[in-house]
This record gives sequence, C-alpha cells and structure tokens, in this order.
Amino acid sequence: MKGNEALAEAAIKAGCRMYFGYPITPQTEISEYLSLRLPQVGGVFLQAETEVAAINMVYGAAATGIRVMTSSSGPGISLKQEGLSDLAIAELPCVVVNMSRGGPGVGNIQPAQSDYFQAVKGGGHGDYKLIVLAPSSVQELVDLTYRAFYLADKYRNPALILGDGMLAQMMEPVSFVEPNFPPLPPKDWAIQGKGKGQRKFIVCFALDPQELEALNLRLQRKYRLLEEQETDFEVFGDENPELLLVGFGTVGRILKTVVREAKSQGMKFALFRPITLFPFPRRQLKELARKAGKVLVVEMNLGQMVEDVRLSVGEIPVYFHGRTGGMIPRVEEIFTKAYQILRDEVPYESGF
Amino acid sequence: MRCPMKVVFERPRTLLKKPFTYCPGCHHGLAQRLIAEVIDELGIGEVTIGVGPIGCSVYIYEFFDLDFVMGGHGRAQAVATGIKRALPDRIVFSYQGDGDIGAIGTAEAIHVANRGELITSFFVNNAVFGMTGGQMAPTTLLGQKTRTSPLGRDARMHGFPFRLAEMLKVAEGSAYIARVALTQPRFVRQARACIKKAFLTQIEKKGFSLVEILSPCPTNWGMEPEQAVRWLEEKMIPYFPLGEIKVKEGNFDETS
Repeated sequence: MKGNEALAEAAIKAGCRMYFGYPITPQTEISEYLSLRLPQVGGVFLQAETEVAAINMVYGAAATGIRVMTSSSGPGISLKQEGLSDLAIAELPCVVVNMSRGGPGVGNIQPAQSDYFQAVKGGGHGDYKLIVLAPSSVQELVDLTYRAFYLADKYRNPALILGDGMLAQMMEPVSFVEPNFPPLPPKDWAIQGKGKGQRKFIVCFALDPQELEALNLRLQRKYRLLEEQETDFEVFGDENPELLLVGFGTVGRILKTVVREAKSQGMKFALFRPITLFPFPRRQLKELARKAGKVLVVEMNLGQMVEDVRLSVGEIPVYFHGRTGGMIPRVEEIFTKAYQILRDEVPYESGF
Repeated sequence: MRCPMKVVFERPRTLLKKPFTYCPGCHHGLAQRLIAEVIDELGIGEVTIGVGPIGCSVYIYEFFDLDFVMGGHGRAQAVATGIKRALPDRIVFSYQGDGDIGAIGTAEAIHVANRGELITSFFVNNAVFGMTGGQMAPTTLLGQKTRTSPLGRDARMHGFPFRLAEMLKVAEGSAYIARVALTQPRFVRQARACIKKAFLTQIEKKGFSLVEILSPCPTNWGMEPEQAVRWLEEKMIPYFPLGEIKVKEGNFDETS
C-alpha cells in the first residue's frame, strides 16, 4: 500500500472516527482515502476552509473524547501551531501527521526532514511538547499510527507522526496487526453536555500566574514520565562499532544500507535510529556513542537532530552530513564521509 | 399569616450563583442572562455545550451551569464545528465578540454559515476591542476614536465598519440571522425572541443561526453608562440596523 493510504487505514483501525484537513502535497491521499472510508464506519470527514480551522475542529472534537486526527505538510503544520499549543495546554488527545517537505517557506514538495525543530521543540508558543514518532517504513507508519492514538489518549497529549514525502508516496507491503495495548482510563473529562451530572469545562488558559505555573510544572512532569516510559529506538549493525551512525525516518533506511556496505568492506558500523523523537532516547544513545567513540548524524536538513545528539552524548565527537531542499543523501556520499571521519580527514564540527 | 407572593423574577437556572465580572454599563451580562433564560425555557441545559471566546467574556464558562469549551482567539466556531460533528444531537453555541468573530475568526464565520453548520453563534458587537483596552475593531464606526484610531476611523486608512451579519446572509447555509440591542425593554423582549428563534433554528436543523447583539462599552468609549446607551442608539443602530436579517423556512435538507 501507499504510505499515505496505509496510515489512513491504520487510523480507522485504531478507532479514529473524525478527520479534519486541508489539501497539501505530499499528504493529500490521507484526506482522499478518509473522505471515502470514514463515512463507511460511521465517522466524519470534513474538509476545512483553512489549516487553522482544521486544527481547531480537531480541538472541539477531541474535547468530546472521540479519536480524531488531522494531517498536513510543512506550511500547513506551521498554520496549525496555534491550535497545537492550545491542544497541549488543554491536554486534549489527538493525532497530527506531518508528511514533511522541503522548506523554508513554501519550499517545494520533495521529501525533507527540516521540520524536526518544529516538531520536537514545541513549534507553537509556550512550554509544551508533542509526542513525536518517526516511522521509517510503510509498515512503521501503520504501527506508529496505532501507537500515536494510544499514547495521545494515555497521556492526554497531542501526538505527531513525523514522516516525509518519501514515506508518504512509497508503496510497500503492510499488515495491519492491532497491537495489544493495556487498557486506558475512561475519558471522564470529556465534554458531552452535562446531562444529570456536574458541568465540566475545558480551557486553554490559566490567567492566574500561580495557576499557570502549576499547570506548566504538571505538564513537565508528564513529559518526564513520557521519557521514562515511552522512549523507543532501533539499533542495527555491529555490537562494538568504530562509528555510530544516527538518523531518523527515511534516513534510517539509507543508513542501514551504509552499515551493510561497511560490513562487506570489513568495517564495523552501527545505526542508532530514534523512533520517538520526543521523548528523545538520549540515555541509550549516549551508551552506544561511548562504545563507538565517534558519531555521524545524517539528516535531510542542515543540522537539527544533531543538536539533540550532541546534547545527549557530551564530549564524544559528533559529525554531521545533511542534504536539503528535497535532495536525498546517497549511500556513497555517506560512506565517503564516514570513511574520511575514520581516517581523521574531516575536521571536527565541519558541518556540511 | 403567610403573604401570598409570587416569584416574578429570578436568576435563570442555567446561570450559576456568581456575580458577573463585567464593567458597569456593559451588556455582556444582560446578553448572557437572556441566553440562559432561553435555555431554561427550551429545557435544553443538559444537552447544550457552549464555546467561549478570547476577549472580555473569556470567563463566560464561570457563569453558566453548562458544559463549556474554550478555544483560541477567533476559533470558537471551528471548535463548535468539531463538537457538533462529534455529537450531532447536542445543542452547540458559540459566544464571541467583534474582534473574535469579525476579525481574526472571519474565515470560520463565513464557512460555518456557508456549510450551514448546525450551531448558533452569538456575536456581541461593541465597536471596539474591549479586553485589550479599546483598540479599533472591524465594527468601529467611521470617525470613532479608539486607542489605535486616535484621530477617528478613516475609511481610506482603515476601511469601513464591517457588517458581518449582512455578509453572512448571502451564504446559502445560513438559516437565521438577526441583529438586536438591549438598550430598551422592548429591544430586550425582541432580543429574547430572536435568541429563542436562533436556538430553534438549530434544533429544527434548518441551518446556521446567528444573533448579533449591540452592546455599549462605556469603559473603552470613555462615557458614562447612560451616555453610552444614547451613543449606541444614535450612532450604532443607524449603521447596524436592528431586526431579522434572514429567516429561512424549511429544514436544511429540504432547502438544499
């Protein structure tokens, strides 16, 4: 199945019953698929007038306790930031998909990873975090869509799936195996009309400074808990590598080929691929980086996740190789860079 | 001996026993009381969900004994859309000021009307941004001095006062649109009737409904409350005429 369609079907199977979106390449097939599929399962598909309206419709639907999602790409995700900030403070669960493309600005419609900062550092205003999952295959798009809905509900927090135009458009075989997640607590906070009970309300502000500080500290405790409990990553390659490669999403796939190529040439490489970008697997990364002694981060941007890698590993030298604007790093160029690093031919901090 | 007395006036059940926090002479309190009275009369309090604005009535959820959702500035109608689409058998209303619905939320306003979204919007027009301290609103009258039009609103510089209600009339999906004021007892009676019709429009699934409520803002107009009421009647009503602007018969499916 095509990445976009596989993700959309996984959302249906995960119990998503509402979708609000606005067309933008390269993710529009998600909308197209759900416009047909959601009504078949008694759900609602609504094409909003703007990205801003779409994310606020998500806010309203999420407040009722229903599973809801929206999807977009770079420029559209920028427009949704106000709503994401509101969803975060109101602690409303929802799933947002960013099939990211080349930026900044309108950029282009080719795959890129230059929305990493926006995804993991907040994106909108205020102290908040999204749960950020980074798939690297169509199968993982499916699996992480299930997980995104689960984690969003478990932590009452918006979850973002950070894919890219490559994953969105590629076709791979997939299976839909519903994971066996532990049961979730009832959504007793959901707004349904007060009925015979006590009235409830959901707000996205706390005008009293003491109250807002307490709320922010509570959110931070939630983010720490996420770090303790939900961090995920993949390690591939040699157990005692001479060079550790780090990359997420599409780049993770390419780096696997680099690791295999290195092995065939008698070199010991390993790949560390964060699957959760927030929470970032910094502790596990540090352990492996220490073993290797040298780290090469590869991204489809000009150096974003590399900052988190450097923060995680401390003094260990971290090199970077990035392509941008929709260019995909090739195995040969990564291998050449890695080879030069191992022969100390690349001055440290040389960047691109 | 017990005196046979009859209660002729009391707090609507839908309002909590909590004093309004609005400025003296502001009509937000009156407008909200009327909405509460109508919800009582229709007996819909258990199934009604309110969506509030960012602006002077940001604390609206503190006054109503109703489930409430507060979203971002100008986004109440998008939030209300999400709620109504998730829970189509509930009654959903938004309550917004002129900055909220007439400036930053204009796209949402036009499109809920065009979609015939089965929600009811209350639009309080006081011709200024109140909460931020009296800046020019889209509804500020020509010549009216505000904190960001200190020499008076000039059409060439700032454009014209925005008649949102009339604009929404042309949207096929809007079914009931009215403009009311609360400065005289007869206006209050008319307003109450319009608010009721707006809710009934939603209940009968006729389409989108909106009631614009003109309100004085003595604080930001720099006037005494009585003077503000006179200014509203003399200046605002001629430009924003009262009355029913659109009344569509038949339910949504029959007319579309």
